[in-house]
Amino acid sequence: MDFGLSEEQRKLRQEVSDFLEEELRQGLWQPSCDAWIMAYDPEFTKRVAQTGWIGLTWPKEYGGQGRSFIDRLILTEEMLRYGAPAACHWFADRQIGGAIVRYGTEEQRGELLPIILKGEAYVGLGMSEPEAGSDLASLKTRAIEDGDDYIIDGQKVWTSGGSRMNWIYLVARTDPDAPKHRGISEFFFQTGLPGVDVRPIVDITGGVHFNEVFFDSVRVPKKYLIGEKNRGFYQILHQLDYERSGMERLMANYPLFEALIQYAKETKRNGKPLAEEPVIRSKLAQLKIELEIGRLHMYRVAVVMDEGRAPNWESSMSKVYGTAFEQRLASMAMEIAGLHGQLSPESKWAPMSGMAYHSYLSSKGYSLQAGTSEVLKNILALRKLGLPTG
Amino acid sequence: MDLAFSEEQEMLKTMSRDFLTDKFPKTAVKEIEESDSGYSPEIWKEMAGLGWVGLVFPEKYGGAEMTFLDLAILLEEMGRACLPGPYFSTVVLGGLPILDAGSDEQKQEYLPKIAGGEAIFTLALTESSAWYDGNAIEMKAAADNDAYILNGTKLFVPDANVADYMLVVARTDEKSSGEGGITIFVVDAKSPGISYTVLKTIASDKLCEVVFDQVRVPKENILGELDKGWDEVRKIVQRAAVGKCCEMVGCIQQALDITVDYAKERKQFDRPIGSFQVIQHYCADMITDVEGVRLSAYQAAWLMSESLPCTQEVAIAKAWAGQACQRVMALAHQIHGAIGVTIDHDLQYYTRRAKAAEVTFGDASFYQEVVAREMGL
Repeated sequence: MDFGLSEEQRKLRQEVSDFLEEELRQGLWQPSCDAWIMAYDPEFTKRVAQTGWIGLTWPKEYGGQGRSFIDRLILTEEMLRYGAPAACHWFADRQIGGAIVRYGTEEQRGELLPIILKGEAYVGLGMSEPEAGSDLASLKTRAIEDGDDYIIDGQKVWTSGGSRMNWIYLVARTDPDAPKHRGISEFFFQTGLPGVDVRPIVDITGGVHFNEVFFDSVRVPKKYLIGEKNRGFYQILHQLDYERSGMERLMANYPLFEALIQYAKETKRNGKPLAEEPVIRSKLAQLKIELEIGRLHMYRVAVVMDEGRAPNWESSMSKVYGTAFEQRLASMAMEIAGLHGQLSPESKWAPMSGMAYHSYLSSKGYSLQAGTSEVLKNILALRKLGLPTG
Repeated sequence: MDLAFSEEQEMLKTMSRDFLTDKFPKTAVKEIEESDSGYSPEIWKEMAGLGWVGLVFPEKYGGAEMTFLDLAILLEEMGRACLPGPYFSTVVLGGLPILDAGSDEQKQEYLPKIAGGEAIFTLALTESSAWYDGNAIEMKAAADNDAYILNGTKLFVPDANVADYMLVVARTDEKSSGEGGITIFVVDAKSPGISYTVLKTIASDKLCEVVFDQVRVPKENILGELDKGWDEVRKIVQRAAVGKCCEMVGCIQQALDITVDYAKERKQFDRPIGSFQVIQHYCADMITDVEGVRLSAYQAAWLMSESLPCTQEVAIAKAWAGQACQRVMALAHQIHGAIGVTIDHDLQYYTRRAKAAEVTFGDASFYQEVVAREMGL
């Protein structure tokens, strides 16, 4: 047993931190909550790509660094700590590259991985449909073979990253006669094709992160089917373990945590900083306690991945825990901000750069993305604890 | 990072689980709880024979020279078994402070007795204020030639009814307050002037009120430095908090296990109640808490074992364990229904012990303040 990080890992953390500090010093961007999913900055992504921090865990033969998942966790933890605008490459780096390494052909790896490594693949995740949310396997979007292509018809919704994407990872039905879990395949292709129509959905914060995407007889070359035909659902389950596993499920709104502490130190009530009020102290300390427990859950997931196992129940647990924490953080920040909390970020009176306001609203979605907390608790109950199905 | 036990540690875990399961069915726990002594001298000897009492002490004192992390594993199993008796008092509260702060003579005198299972130790720290800070120490120790005279009352002293020795924390500098002027003494528990009353507690665990009336303690029985004992007390409390966390891991893991088993067996509406999603989600919440307590407890134990700084990690572990234990036990009861609130059901042992462990060596509000200071608030 060893809870410590290696010298090399501490060095990596320092390097990432130095890099981001320098970026901040140059005023290249402002830290923000949800930056990993909302803040698209192609230039930032290019700079990250140049350091070799995309594809960190992929094998060296495919252009990766062959480093551990703990290393990647350290990298992403620092990105989130600084609220860095990493949305352009986040999905591709987190799960798409890994899926192509695992399920792709040599030809696909050769064509697609370099695009991701260069930070040029802004990926949308085409999974949910109007009638297929938690029950993803009931999806209806069809992919029908036609010569060298598949012709895709249907609709996706809540497509994360859709409005900025140039590539999409799509799950579609390739065999309508098979049982619903066994007729699904995965595709990865550029979205500039004729027949792809993206319609942004404005979210509760007023921002655009997810979208509707319509496919009207879109011709996708067969070479972009990833992995085994009709086995896509099983591949995606594996991929979801990774999608759920990251530090963004705990630290998506971390800049708010620091802003809240600063706010409590600077804001006076009855001539005394809030941070000296016992009730406020205990609330802030409780958030810190909960954050650190969450970090342990997250590091455990990475340890499991480094052992070569898919972090199935472990990532379900860490995501349920982490997203609930993020919501408590946002709620607590709003509670402490009191009347000021209701001010939208544009107001000159808005405290904490409006992060509490934003995060209070945006964090409602955290426990829904990539598996609702309810679905994840089902996984814990059925797969980890062996409770019977209904 | 590596979160797995070594092969040796796995063996210790399996061996201790088997032994404790065999020796401490709940009927035995009940009998011991109801006895005057609160422990089984026969099994105590067996535990000493297995090397458990001397586990963490150097070989030259008759110990097995294993690590604090190894001890953590044993404590988890003891928590799982609801082990009654003075193991924690003797090893964590008595032996380890002597190993840490004792003179060579003191180590030579006391540690072999502990490792051999011949002497029971405990710690007389808290008083009526029942708080773990320097101001809480009012008990006086007045110098008198080659001795100190102790007067005062200690509260919540575990196993004082069977202890051979007590580490007693007292104020040696009359004019001092707070953390200064405090000294730790190794006191023969049979000294004239010491009397105890066993308190009836939620865990039936022989916490005592101990009255010191003109108790004479030789000067050479000072543990560590005169007037500077609080630094050691802080370490003792920290170490004990980690130890309690490990017991709590075992406690709530077992509560979860018996609850999941029950949810699989118990049928209502013609199906196991564990097939209902509400029950499933309760169980998911429980295991998430159990795992969080486990990770933080072992992180703290590992840091302590490696002699690394761990103030914040210990505070987080104990605060979280205290909170999580209450949630886990509440859900365990909810899932068990009425049978779980009967005195003959195993669950109540865990409920009572979880509460006792929560308030011992610092609860969540105590450690929230520690964390707040560590955060620079």
